Amino acid sequence: MASRSKPRSLAAKNGSAATPTPKITQNGVATDGGSKEAIAVPGGAINAFVNETLYAPAPESTDHVRLEAKYPLFIGGQWQEPTDGGYAKTINPATEATIAEVATAGKNDVERAIGAAREAQGKWAKLPALERGKYLFRVARLIQERSRELAIIESMNGGKPIREARDVDLPIVAQHFFYHAGWADKLEYAFPGETTAPLGVVGQIIPWNFPLMMAAWKIAPALACGNTVVLKPAETTPLTAMKLAEIFQDAGVPEGVVNIINGGGSTGAALVNHAGLDKIAFTGSTEVGKGIMKALAGTGRQYTLELGGKAAHIIFEDAPLDEAVEGIVNGIFFNQGHVCCAGSRVLIQESVADTVVARLKRRLDTLIVGDPLDKNTDIGAINSREQLGRITTLVNAGVEEGACIYQPSQSLPSRGFYFAPTIFTETAQSHRIVQEEIFGPVVTIQTFRTPDEAIEKANNTRYGLSAGVWTDKGAKIFKTTSALRAGVVWANTFNRFDPSAPFGGYKESGIGREGGVQGLRSYLRFE
Amino acid sequence: MRQPVWKTYKLYIGGKFPRTESGRYEAVRDADGALVANMSRASRKDFRNAVVAARSALTGWSGGTAYLRGQILYRAAEMLEGRAAQFVDELQRLGLSRAEAQSDVERAGDLLVNYAGWTDKFQALFGSVNPVGGPHFCFSSPEPTGVVAVLTPRRIGLAPFIEAIAPVIAGGNTCVAIVPIEASVAPISFAEALHTSDLPAGVVNVLSGHRSELLPHAASHMDVNALAVWEADGDERRLAEQLGAENLKRCFFFTPAAQDEVTGNPALLMRFQETKTTWHPVGT
Repeated sequence: MASRSKPRSLAAKNGSAATPTPKITQNGVATDGGSKEAIAVPGGAINAFVNETLYAPAPESTDHVRLEAKYPLFIGGQWQEPTDGGYAKTINPATEATIAEVATAGKNDVERAIGAAREAQGKWAKLPALERGKYLFRVARLIQERSRELAIIESMNGGKPIREARDVDLPIVAQHFFYHAGWADKLEYAFPGETTAPLGVVGQIIPWNFPLMMAAWKIAPALACGNTVVLKPAETTPLTAMKLAEIFQDAGVPEGVVNIINGGGSTGAALVNHAGLDKIAFTGSTEVGKGIMKALAGTGRQYTLELGGKAAHIIFEDAPLDEAVEGIVNGIFFNQGHVCCAGSRVLIQESVADTVVARLKRRLDTLIVGDPLDKNTDIGAINSREQLGRITTLVNAGVEEGACIYQPSQSLPSRGFYFAPTIFTETAQSHRIVQEEIFGPVVTIQTFRTPDEAIEKANNTRYGLSAGVWTDKGAKIFKTTSALRAGVVWANTFNRFDPSAPFGGYKESGIGREGGVQGLRSYLRFE
Repeated sequence: MRQPVWKTYKLYIGGKFPRTESGRYEAVRDADGALVANMSRASRKDFRNAVVAARSALTGWSGGTAYLRGQILYRAAEMLEGRAAQFVDELQRLGLSRAEAQSDVERAGDLLVNYAGWTDKFQALFGSVNPVGGPHFCFSSPEPTGVVAVLTPRRIGLAPFIEAIAPVIAGGNTCVAIVPIEASVAPISFAEALHTSDLPAGVVNVLSGHRSELLPHAASHMDVNALAVWEADGDERRLAEQLGAENLKRCFFFTPAAQDEVTGNPALLMRFQETKTTWHPVGT
């Protein structure tokens, strides 16, 4: 246990970084907006207390994490050098330090990966289904055994707090393989009256917010259904997928069943436009998702799309307010708000709005923003400089459009990408911050008088991924959850995920489901 | 000698029978060249009006009980049966033999009966209680996708039309059906049967028109949630998905069953359903 208390250099830097952050401009904005705020909050005092004296740094040790300096492409079960791609550095967004170099796949590399997957597919699909499942069970076990290491790398490469990587991401990743492993030999029971077959070779493109979890959500059901895959992790977060490739090797999964190639938009486009694939499974932005649908239009190649969201989070006056405030915090600040189903639009019934906002601000002041590897940290690093820029732009737009901003006066680390938790009050439906997905720790607050008004406002968006409702009245829960046009609705909780629970959006939040028996449909051909 | 009273065929939008706002028509003639009817050639504006009607009908239709939807679809079968002779006659004038026409109308009625029975059953078959790994109650149930534009099969008959729209409305969606003009006589008449089946106005809207003209409007309309194109060729598929991507329309392409094989199909019904997953903590 001695290694756990060994301080990391980053934590030390955080401790000394008591000066206001010079990196982003939102602190100045915050001061302006804060003065407009009607409700008084004892923000500064609590915050200073938390930061300076309450918790000593509790950094997670990175001692036994094994990372290579360079990761080639994982094609046909082998590590292969790129032929027409190159290498790109991948960094730790908390420190901007380079962690490793990762190969990026060119067109020819994409071709090779798809070829390897195609070659492996027939045999994989013809394996006795129980045996196919056993490989996945093995993978689940190996992930569990290595989950501490994986959690640390996930946090280092993506910026999420180690507590979340450890307690949320990794358990779900292992469970996802375990759950789908068991489906492999039971598919005939999943869709009675229909004849199913594997789709073939699936191209899978995943985002940077839950790198390993998204890889699991994509790979596990695809393999269970007898497909082989070419997975492209996000440009900024390739590392845990590289570790996952090691696990597939260790598990003895036949060569070519899983191929993992890194790269940016052009690698993704090469996959999407490749006629040798039977399907594209994509998680990412709505704009890119629409582009994929257009690219595949008329080709007969299938697609499932998990896209953006702008979830309404409704707080009724009869809700347990303290729990609701925790729910709001979990809804929007979980994973720095880099969550497609984040509760980014809070709707509070007028009679309790002042109380809830005051409590929320007080709670905000206690949130610790800083080193993702520190176990005290609530909000880690923003995933990339680019994303930090997008958040800053939208927050500035919110201020310009007249919404009232509140941010705790906490100082942010001087290196790395950070953004303070942010609340906007007095927002209008037409504001960009209410309409557009910010994908950061920024929540807008609107009020309503009647349940009907809440539902109307909640549904007044092009998105329909998730929604939340807080009330103590059972009948009201069911009335509201049925009226919300969203694929996942959390009542008196938020941001829960499970491999047995189908996840996916209505409207412009996507097409198709992942998880549960319904999610298997995305990886089968119906004859 | 008494002259028969001819019937004017119009469109069916929002529970009313208007002519096309465009004033355009196309003559449908029998094999001898005699006029059967001057069918309306629906315009983009007609389509947009129909979408407004379908949208306003959605909450009531999807929010009512499944039992009620079943009774209304069954009622439509009753109405169809009562007017079977008229539909058989219309189909014969368009070239079907008496036996073909009779068989088609019988099948159409049977399809309605079949889907009437599905309205309150598919949820139990395709929904789930999810055994999540934590103290939560979690369930998933199908919900209608919303407003569906249906480009119905080209084959003349009532069964191909019902095959295309019944799975849509049985699941609680509302629809705008675009029927090829040459096949539209019987479906437009059938709208009268629907109209007297307690089907709320706007749940089914029927437009006779040109697919090539109306498909791009249907595919690009931002308030249409799903698009079902029957007998789509390659160009139509590409067009539908390319334009439909703008609001991530769910696009489906179907091949009609052979005339004597048309049956109800819950898989078809499920194409027009979303899955909603609801969570609640378990505790005290």
